[in-house]
Amino acid sequence: MIDKKLVQHVAQLAKLEFDEEQLNKFTKQLDEIITMEDQLAQVKTTGVAPTTHIARQKTSFRADEVVPTNSQEELLQNVPEQQNGLIKVPAILDNGEE
Amino acid sequence: MNFETTIGLEVHVELKTKTKMFSPSPVSYGAKPNTNANVIDFGFPGTLPTVNKYAYKLGIMTALALNAQVNQDTHFDRKNYFYPDNPKAYQITQKEQPLAHDGWIEINVDGNKKKIGIEELHIEEDAGKNTHGEAGYSYVDLNRQGTPLIEIVSKPDIKSPDEAYAYLERLRQIIQFTGASDVKMEEGSMRVDTNISVRPIGSDKLGQKIELKNLNSFKHVKNGLAFEEKRQVGILMAGGTIRPETRRYDEPTDSTILMRVKEGADDYRYFPEPDLPDYHIDSDWIDQIRQEIPEMPDKRRQRYIQDLKIPEYDAGVLTDTKEMSDFFDQTVALGADPKQVSNWLMVNVNAYMNENNLDLNQTKLTPEHLATMIGLVKDGTISSKIAKKVFAETIANGSEPKAWVESKGLVQQSDPAVLTPIIDQILDDNEQSIVDFKNGKDRAFGFLVGQIMKQTHGQANPKVVNQILTAEIKKR
Amino acid sequence: MDYFNETIDSIHQKLVAKEMSPQELTQATLTNIQRLNPHLNAFITVNDQAQAPKEIDTENPLQGIALAIKDNILTKGMKTTAASRMLANFSPIYSATVTAKALNAGMINIGKTNMDEFAMGSSTETSHFGITKNPWNTAKVPGGSSGGSAAAVASGQVLAALGTDTGGSIRQPASFNGIFGIKPTYGRVSRWGVIAFSSSLDQVGVLSRHVADSAHVLKAISGFDAHDNTSSDSPVPDYTKITPQVKGLKVAVPEEFMGAGVQAEVKKQIQLAIKVLEQNGAIVDTVSLPHAQYAVQVYYIIASSEASSNLQRYDGIRYGFRAEDVHNLEDVYVKSRSEGFGDEVKRRIMLGTFALSAGYYDAYFNKAAQVRTLIIDDFKKVFADYDLVVGPTSPTTAFDIGSRIDDPLVMYMNDILTIPANLAGLPAASVPVGFADGMPVGLQLIAQPFAEQTIFNAAQFLENEINFLQQRPQIGGQN
Repeated sequence: MIDKKLVQHVAQLAKLEFDEEQLNKFTKQLDEIITMEDQLAQVKTTGVAPTTHIARQKTSFRADEVVPTNSQEELLQNVPEQQNGLIKVPAILDNGEE
Repeated sequence: MNFETTIGLEVHVELKTKTKMFSPSPVSYGAKPNTNANVIDFGFPGTLPTVNKYAYKLGIMTALALNAQVNQDTHFDRKNYFYPDNPKAYQITQKEQPLAHDGWIEINVDGNKKKIGIEELHIEEDAGKNTHGEAGYSYVDLNRQGTPLIEIVSKPDIKSPDEAYAYLERLRQIIQFTGASDVKMEEGSMRVDTNISVRPIGSDKLGQKIELKNLNSFKHVKNGLAFEEKRQVGILMAGGTIRPETRRYDEPTDSTILMRVKEGADDYRYFPEPDLPDYHIDSDWIDQIRQEIPEMPDKRRQRYIQDLKIPEYDAGVLTDTKEMSDFFDQTVALGADPKQVSNWLMVNVNAYMNENNLDLNQTKLTPEHLATMIGLVKDGTISSKIAKKVFAETIANGSEPKAWVESKGLVQQSDPAVLTPIIDQILDDNEQSIVDFKNGKDRAFGFLVGQIMKQTHGQANPKVVNQILTAEIKKR
Repeated sequence: MDYFNETIDSIHQKLVAKEMSPQELTQATLTNIQRLNPHLNAFITVNDQAQAPKEIDTENPLQGIALAIKDNILTKGMKTTAASRMLANFSPIYSATVTAKALNAGMINIGKTNMDEFAMGSSTETSHFGITKNPWNTAKVPGGSSGGSAAAVASGQVLAALGTDTGGSIRQPASFNGIFGIKPTYGRVSRWGVIAFSSSLDQVGVLSRHVADSAHVLKAISGFDAHDNTSSDSPVPDYTKITPQVKGLKVAVPEEFMGAGVQAEVKKQIQLAIKVLEQNGAIVDTVSLPHAQYAVQVYYIIASSEASSNLQRYDGIRYGFRAEDVHNLEDVYVKSRSEGFGDEVKRRIMLGTFALSAGYYDAYFNKAAQVRTLIIDDFKKVFADYDLVVGPTSPTTAFDIGSRIDDPLVMYMNDILTIPANLAGLPAASVPVGFADGMPVGLQLIAQPFAEQTIFNAAQFLENEINFLQQRPQIGGQN
């Protein structure tokens, strides 16, 4: 059963926010979708390996050789805010990542 | 109540490759921001990763050197989190089937040898760099994004800050000898995170872990852990409980400071990276890499002591870094006397490196030059005093010793046909000294040698001078 | 100039014979798009600057042929939006491999086609740039997500268009628009430069009125690409060497594809088409794909999970939409993404994030990945004995605009017949075989991995035999 609290938790992970009306709508729709998904529980899958890639090729490697890079100008062409060749973002509130 | 400490170390090591783990842009330091990056490193729409074979090879080599089992069937996983230096908002890593597992290294603390287990090693990509600026902004440079890393996770075998220190030293040394990484904390090619918990002895459950960050040297790790150990025991002794926290080591106060209290586990939503196929690592390839692993420090040390008769302490110093040990081996292979090579490296070369803050490979000295120079001393071409001059020149400017000695006229004069007339002349001029010497004044002999040296501009071979002078005095 | 009934080969002959110049052809195409596109909104960007080649290489039938490119395929220097506000002004600094290959083969990028936002949808109603209409009946959807490509082709604006197919996004709009559309084997075509929706399912393919035209274009864009570690190095056959025959062809019709969910009129048309195959020497049997009934459930977990991760890069920092009035980093993320993505994209991100999150991974993501294995195994068993699996492409014909947009479950179930081929990575196509209630019906053809030629042969046979192409849509078709 999907409730608003769970939807808000998931939204936080996904960096999305919903107003109250949207939250109600998404909670209802996600609940319906996940109820449909729960039909998967009917399928017996003991010992079945999951398929997570479908590439038929295995073990594809690249040689350690430099390919010329894109120019800084090109790379920064779509950046909303930049300064001295750096991407500018509002201050990072340290959450311990890195 | 007595307590027991359990320490975990997560060590990130940058692999020494030309290109990044999942993109063919160059790995380098000090380039202008966002110039050593491409559309993959920027996480542009439509980009896909490709796996750097050499990086994987270095990973396998490191795993083997750490006595770990390489997983032959593996795949990459995504670790999802948002951060400005993480452009795809996921990091490609190996979660389910890491590069290798169950390794170990042996440490030696105060003469006690102990095996420390390694839980696993996995390959992943480094993030870019954030610079925290003023006025509420941060700045992102993605040059470092995608640099190949291996993360080495220890088993909970480490029981004290001293053991942690010894483990890091040993780990650094072994990896350095494989050549897979520069393993320099100060340059960021080795990074250490650690966690520590304490529990009453006899308790079968580990205590609450505290994570420590901002550790910029092995000493910081040791000091940080020692502080934490005390702090946690203090809390428990006072009847308190340890909160799950991330703390940072603070150098000025040599203590740890709270960064944040952890609320629940981070949810990284790991899942298999669908942009890359499954990987099967051939056992032939693993065997081939095993063959290519350079001789490890332990073996070299044994060889130096047993075959080359180098004292144990000296052998330890010579095998501190691979560069030093390789240099030693190469110089000896050129025919130089091992003991002499060892002395030059341990005393003069180390002093020069320390004075000038250089690595061995940053000096201009080559094994060929060192061997030549030692040879020049041995065959009497130069005196050991002149050798110091030659050394200073060669290590600083890379001059070829023999040519330089000749061009500067520093070749030692050992020819009796040349020296005898000079000595005779000096004896003629200093008859009183001969008298003094015969009367038992040894100093007079030294005076005469000094006169001869002065006359020959220091180039006379002292040994030969001694012989001739003794013989000539006898004649008078 | 009317080129509605021309093919790439017939145009090429005219160019070689100098009955028309490449410049006249390109100009006629642009004029045609200007005339028809306002009725349909098939294009997001029209390449007014398209340059015709100066000379025609007699050996290269693709030279000077206009190609419409779905707007989730990167075109260097030309806006590529994925029909999202998030990328409304995004100008790529590199081209997709498929773009480069098509252009290297001499084709002209004539413009970028409309689609569901980030290819998530079955109706092209979720585009930030407005809905595309079905040229057979402008009150109906063109299907999706490659609805713009399908409408552009069906209305005769272009002979061929590129689409992408994650769960049916080429075949279902091909079916709704009465044209041919093929999704090749996973790995046949490079995904480099294709804006990822679901990495283990996405595949670029072609839509065209004539089967042979798709064969030409697919041949040009296929092949191993060092940029894409999931692309295959198996050699690319000359798909244009088509043998339009079905004699001796072993055809399997899964009973699950002809179930109660399929509209009676659609089913009738499909049965007629199957009869045509049978009458001409094909051996037709009913088979079972027992796990196919779970395809939608499996698909929405896997596709949404991968999408939730693939779409995290749209964070307002390096490119794309950034919300105004942001005060801290969290604002940049949350507001940019909440304002930049539409509802359907958000629904899938939410579903996928949920399915991967702690405590739910095993019950949803891993479970779906296991059932996916069972679906693949079902196909393997059938293909041990058969050359082709056939059935309807879609359980219905094109539905009314606006009729399903607020009911995701009903919308999702529309993909039930196309999804299995994506889950198994199989080549699959839709070929028009008739009409139900005045709208086109497509027959789906699914083959073994890398057996695209089997599909082209059977589809060309049906094109010749059924002669669907005599029918002309409401918009386009008549000059």
